[in-house]
Amino acid sequence: MQDSYNVVIVGSGPAGLTAAIYAARAQLDPLVIEGEPSSTSDQPGGQLMLTTEVENYPGFVDGIMGPELMDTLRKQASRFGAQFLPGKVLSISNPSSPFEIFTTASPAPLTARSVIIATGAKPVMLGLENEDKLLGHGVSTCATCDGFFFREKEIAVVGGGDSALEEALFLTRFATTVHLIHRRHELRASKIMQQRAFDNKKIVIHWNSIVTRLFGDVSLSEIELTDTTDQHTEQLSVEGLFVAIGHTPNTSIFRDTIDMDSDGYIATHNGTYTNIEGVFACGDVQDRVYRQAITSAGSGCMAAIDCERWLAEQ
Amino acid sequence: MSDNVITLNDSGFDEEIATSELPILVDFWADWCGPCLKLAPIVDEIAQEEAHRLRVAKLNIDQNPETQRKFEVMSIPTLILFKDGHPVARMVGAKPKRHLLAELQDHI
Repeated sequence: MQDSYNVVIVGSGPAGLTAAIYAARAQLDPLVIEGEPSSTSDQPGGQLMLTTEVENYPGFVDGIMGPELMDTLRKQASRFGAQFLPGKVLSISNPSSPFEIFTTASPAPLTARSVIIATGAKPVMLGLENEDKLLGHGVSTCATCDGFFFREKEIAVVGGGDSALEEALFLTRFATTVHLIHRRHELRASKIMQQRAFDNKKIVIHWNSIVTRLFGDVSLSEIELTDTTDQHTEQLSVEGLFVAIGHTPNTSIFRDTIDMDSDGYIATHNGTYTNIEGVFACGDVQDRVYRQAITSAGSGCMAAIDCERWLAEQ
Repeated sequence: MSDNVITLNDSGFDEEIATSELPILVDFWADWCGPCLKLAPIVDEIAQEEAHRLRVAKLNIDQNPETQRKFEVMSIPTLILFKDGHPVARMVGAKPKRHLLAELQDHI
């Protein structure tokens, strides 16, 4: 593997892999630093690696499994010559091109004339006492990994978006009852997912409710719910709790050099340009509005085109 | 799957674990678990590279619910290291190889 590149793409979700397809077809010989194995969305392939059926990605009449879609995108990028490095970026020297990139893969840095940041977002946790201790012991961020262990049990899902509803619906295959805990009086999810949830007799929705305490010694046994309208609390016996309350961008390693907003979303202008010349950002790291696989892929394409034009001008 | 990796089942599990001369690392997995499939090649590599001081086994939790329940595996992949018949270390979730080796280091 060489150690100097025209463009290094950090991240291998829909944004990073689409950028890789475009950059490879533009003969820029991109390197994708694809991440490391994990049981959260922080892994090669990103958030779709933890989903089951993706029904709204254009081109797949009958839907496609998330991991299969990501394998396909990776093969497509590979076919045009994109290279892949398993590892995580530790830091990028700034503020000007060429950039030195330190990774977990080797002590020596890589150098790159340009960088496309596509590190995506990670799930937000509840931030409750006991939560870390009970993770993997009843508390989970991955319904497809852990749902099986809650066969014939009562469980809860926290959240009100499409991810929460997808998890809740998936979990009805195993659980006797799925309590959906949502802090508002209406769901944020798409209408089709809402309808499926309302129609499913195993799903019980707790409106205006937040989880305020977790109980359990070895594994989760009970949660405390607080009603946000009158602060009334109640205990709910559940053996599983799946957290799907949103995501936060994976941008902490760039905090000192790249402009971002107070929530850590990278600020982009004129498409995918950042404040640093030669650094571009695409996908969930810079999108707090849409956050779909297809919009991520679209912005990955934009980043590769912006990057190609910028390189041509140097 | 590498030749160095053995397959364990509910029947004979306890005996295999108790009589193993080397520490034995068991990968609790299932074919519907994406992170398990990503961890599998790493487990294979560890089996090959550490063969002189570690045995590596896989246990499919779908087919072997008894062992899964006995060791309270509630999230997969889970790796449990057994020494002299007893669990001495447990690693939950897919992780990079260097993290797994660091955790195993103290016990093998």
